[in-house]
Amino acid sequence: MLDSDIWYSFCRSPVTIASALLTILFFIGALFAPYVAPFNPFDLASIDIMDASLPPFWQEGGSTKFWLGTDDQGRDMWSTIIFGARVSLFVGFASVIFSIIMGVGLGLVSGYVGGRLDALIMRIADIQLSFPAILIALLIDGVARSVLPRSMHEEVAFYVLIFAIGISGWVQYARTVRGSTLVEKNKEYVQAARVIGIGPAIILLRHILPNVMGPVLVIATIHLAIAVITEATLSFLGVGVPPTTPSLGTLIRVGNDYLFSGEWWITIFPGIALVLLVLAINLLGDWLRDALNPKLR
Amino acid sequence: MSLLDIKEMRVEFPSRRGHVVAVESLTLNVEPGEILGVVGESGAGKSTIGNAVIGLLEPPGQMTAGEVYLDGTRIDNLDDAAKRRIRGARIGMIFQDPLTSLDPLQTIERQLVDTIQMHLDLDQAQARARAVELLDAVGIPDPNIRIEQYPHQFSGGMRQRVVIALALCADPEMIIADEPTTALDVSVQAQILDLMKGLCRDRNVGMILITHDMGVIAETADRVAVMYRGRVVETGKTEQIMGTPVHDYTKSLISAVPRPEKRLHRFPLVTYIEDATELGDTLDLATHWLGQTRDYEGEDGDLLQADNLHMRFVTRHSFFAKHRLYLDAVDDVSFSIKTGEVFGLVGESGSGKSTVARMITGIYTPTGGTIRFAGADLTALKSRKEAAPWRRQMQMIFQDPFSSLNGRMRVRDIIAEPIHFHKMASSKDEAEQIVHDLLDVVGLGAQAAQKFPHEFSGGQRQRISIARALATRPRFLICDEPTSALDVSIQAQVLNLLKDLQQELGLTMLFISHDLPVIRQICDRVGVMRHGKLLEVAETENLFEDPQHDYTKHLLDLMPKFVGFQELTA
Amino acid sequence: MITFIIQRILQSVLVMLTVALIAFGLFRYVGDPINNMVGQDTSTEERAELRERLGLNDAFLVQFGRFAINAAQGEFGFSYQHRRPVSDLIVERLPATLELSLVSAILALFIGIPMGVYTAIRRNGAVSHAFMTLSLIGISLPTFLIGILLILFFGVILRWLPTFGRGDVVEIGGWTTGFLTASGLKSLIMPAITLALFQMTLIMRLVRAEMLEVLRTDFVKFGRARGLPDRYVHFVTALKNTLVPVITITGLQLGSIIAFAIITESVFQWPGMGLLFIQAIGEVDIPVMAAYLVLIAFFFVVINLVVDVLYYVVDPRLRVDRADSGGH
Repeated sequence: MLDSDIWYSFCRSPVTIASALLTILFFIGALFAPYVAPFNPFDLASIDIMDASLPPFWQEGGSTKFWLGTDDQGRDMWSTIIFGARVSLFVGFASVIFSIIMGVGLGLVSGYVGGRLDALIMRIADIQLSFPAILIALLIDGVARSVLPRSMHEEVAFYVLIFAIGISGWVQYARTVRGSTLVEKNKEYVQAARVIGIGPAIILLRHILPNVMGPVLVIATIHLAIAVITEATLSFLGVGVPPTTPSLGTLIRVGNDYLFSGEWWITIFPGIALVLLVLAINLLGDWLRDALNPKLR
Repeated sequence: MSLLDIKEMRVEFPSRRGHVVAVESLTLNVEPGEILGVVGESGAGKSTIGNAVIGLLEPPGQMTAGEVYLDGTRIDNLDDAAKRRIRGARIGMIFQDPLTSLDPLQTIERQLVDTIQMHLDLDQAQARARAVELLDAVGIPDPNIRIEQYPHQFSGGMRQRVVIALALCADPEMIIADEPTTALDVSVQAQILDLMKGLCRDRNVGMILITHDMGVIAETADRVAVMYRGRVVETGKTEQIMGTPVHDYTKSLISAVPRPEKRLHRFPLVTYIEDATELGDTLDLATHWLGQTRDYEGEDGDLLQADNLHMRFVTRHSFFAKHRLYLDAVDDVSFSIKTGEVFGLVGESGSGKSTVARMITGIYTPTGGTIRFAGADLTALKSRKEAAPWRRQMQMIFQDPFSSLNGRMRVRDIIAEPIHFHKMASSKDEAEQIVHDLLDVVGLGAQAAQKFPHEFSGGQRQRISIARALATRPRFLICDEPTSALDVSIQAQVLNLLKDLQQELGLTMLFISHDLPVIRQICDRVGVMRHGKLLEVAETENLFEDPQHDYTKHLLDLMPKFVGFQELTA
Repeated sequence: MITFIIQRILQSVLVMLTVALIAFGLFRYVGDPINNMVGQDTSTEERAELRERLGLNDAFLVQFGRFAINAAQGEFGFSYQHRRPVSDLIVERLPATLELSLVSAILALFIGIPMGVYTAIRRNGAVSHAFMTLSLIGISLPTFLIGILLILFFGVILRWLPTFGRGDVVEIGGWTTGFLTASGLKSLIMPAITLALFQMTLIMRLVRAEMLEVLRTDFVKFGRARGLPDRYVHFVTALKNTLVPVITITGLQLGSIIAFAIITESVFQWPGMGLLFIQAIGEVDIPVMAAYLVLIAFFFVVINLVVDVLYYVVDPRLRVDRADSGGH
């Protein structure tokens, strides 16, 4: 019944359908980038410096071969955007999963066990929460850069980035899950399980976890949007993914230098792609939150 | 013309699955100074009436037919501003939950004075004087001091008095009270009902009292309207409805109310209501799995013995011991339960009766005292593994049918969980068969196994809970307010089921309730609890006929004197 | 009240010590401070002597204590990159960041809150829907992209506003302000909007959600049932109850403005602390990073303290102890 209600509200909202379609397109593009993109921007053989800085096809000097134009090195913008979105989504997804595992796990334990452990976890969460995610991610990234020798930067940059963004987001999951766990653990079905004699681990996993996952799903959707933005921001600031595998943020950073010389497409098209991706995910998250919240129906 | 006339009212809630008609061709009238009781079970549409009269239906609900007259003037077709001027000024409302009805961030004074000044042309000092007067009238001591306090500084009963004072701010001619005492304890309930009765009489105010509680109606109302599925099935003087009801539904409803004044063998079955099912007699319990493999036949004497039980909760944590606050939820309680008997624990909310149950089942670890079960000291058991064989023998049925089942699991898995956990079936098929049999026994049928809990009504869910509790073949069953969240007609069915099961399976039961008539119908012996202490233990009939403790007498006095009509129950 | 504040101050001190510990850990153990201070040709003996003089051979707690005491006095040593005392750099950069953050905070609050209230009250109005759609776009636009778009439009295409820097500043008693010159004010417009926009949409959505929640409560329904007009229910009952949760989260948001200034400053080359910090990360300039961290933590702690006190003032349930409330 619940599921069909969600489906119904989905079908009635054209904006939601459009954003779902857009998100799916981005995912397909990201997954199958090498097959979808007309060029491989990392294949040096296919790049001709003579094609550098071509405008999009509708402007004078543009060609339909590179319909969104080319960057300063002659790479096809459309292809770099597809590959960039792939990197952005990968980092975003991985960080969200990292946050969920850490946050949901700590939240469940904190809420169910209570006492000193709960106080400790929540105190750490409070302190972390008073610092914006972007600052924490920046800091971790910065520290990792200082600790690791320069030669290793490129290799581990991805993992550092995922760790930095992931760890900056666990608090919200932990707090929400802890709150729901506190409510659920006092519900009579949990007491019934305890009366049967079932142990805490199984109660947490079989009984409580499925009942607290609803809000987690909503947070995860919105968090994916935030993670993508954070990654883009870090890459824009030059401390994100290595320049050899540019994400959308890196592309914008690189293009930003050409803004004043009139080659606006190098930065604006990746920017539009980023906004569309984030907007579509946000719209989905917004809808999901309303659809799962029975009070609003 | 009466004070309030409702003619042929129809209220609909449009939804995507078609329009839900909450109220249909409803005609009612209320005279000045009269209390009209509107009684019905959940879903009867009784709360919708109040909201429709004052024009505050929750969207998308709307009144699609009928007329409402206040003192001869039609009010249902007025514009919003005019309706607002009637609300509070001429018709006051009282809601169910006093804990959430008041703005937590404003003083009582601010709320009263603002409401008064909204309707009456008084200056600040006059309005305040009137507010103090009103608080005095609703029985709040030291109104001059307490008026400056915030809602959280008042107890539940006191808050409901403040709510009543707020409803009376502009001297309305009419008051609509929607379950005004449901959230309160019996002793507070009686005071509030007295207060409302007195106010109606003294101020010549007409009142619609909406409730599900026949006892409240019998005590308070002059006339009664009985509602069933959006329609009024019968109206009349209270004595007439209670004594010689005409409509079948009314008869059923009244006969289902537990009788406080004598013990009956069974509850009369509510025949009018659909899906009323009795215990299925397809299974012979004496020879079936459920009854058969009881390895503890022949034990007599005390099955459970609790000695000097003590449970202390920390209500305020602090690093310093002297700043910590404690609550002794259960304080030095001792009792024993004989094999095969039904032992009742009765008390108001906060008396500690549920805490006792949770200590016995091991949800709470007592801070003092011992619990002996079938000769074993449960409080001395160290691990869950050690406790498992005893856990299997005692099971519990909970109060809230909506939270006692995990909504993410199918009924089959809910009932099978204890079977698998205690390894009581040799194969999956055997477990499946047991689940189906259990569902038959509790009157749901095997096809219920595939469904999820939300597909069932409250009464049906409570049957699922019972099936789960029986799945370990327990010999001791704890029922914690098993029917207090159910409508009376459903309550009668569930209590009958419990009674039958208790007799046929020879169960020993601990039955916890705040409802004295229910206790009288079910229990052999009763203990009375208050503030964590056990005041008195007696045979049920002795307790009701000859109470010893003052508090027991007080509780019995407060028990609604509902003596229903005699035909069906005789 | 006093116990409450003391408790909070103790907590804040704890937070500051934790942050100081992290900063010290960074300073002391990430990279070798000596290597960063001296040239390649410094001899081992000289290094050892410097190490001894700087107290780097002392016990951990002694070193940390010294660090904390120095930090409390604003002393963070020398920047590796700039070869100047970090405190000088901070003092130089602080006014730029604070002025930018202040203007943005005012913009975000004074536009965000009324918009949130409006969209909650007129929940189904056309304007509300427009606001909600805009706000979704708002939270989907990364701050740096807003900056770039503004620069492209107003700076590059229209050439109305300067695209980088603070413009002319006036120095008053060691504080440089851009508020008093035309070019300073013009330079402030785009960075302030960039920084404010994201926070504004967040605050608006938050206020709306909280207000809708309050409008569903029993006491609001009871207020309407007593004939209180919508104006009263919305702006007296509901708004006050909305403020309680809004204050907390708004406080946090204001704090994050200072952090988000890093991005804005780097887009607009705004000579504030954020730009200093991001350059420090690039150059592994540990003393600057440590100082920035401690300073930001200090701002957050102060904001949190103010929020807690405000909370206390707004919500009577915290003021009066339940224990002495009246009985039946």
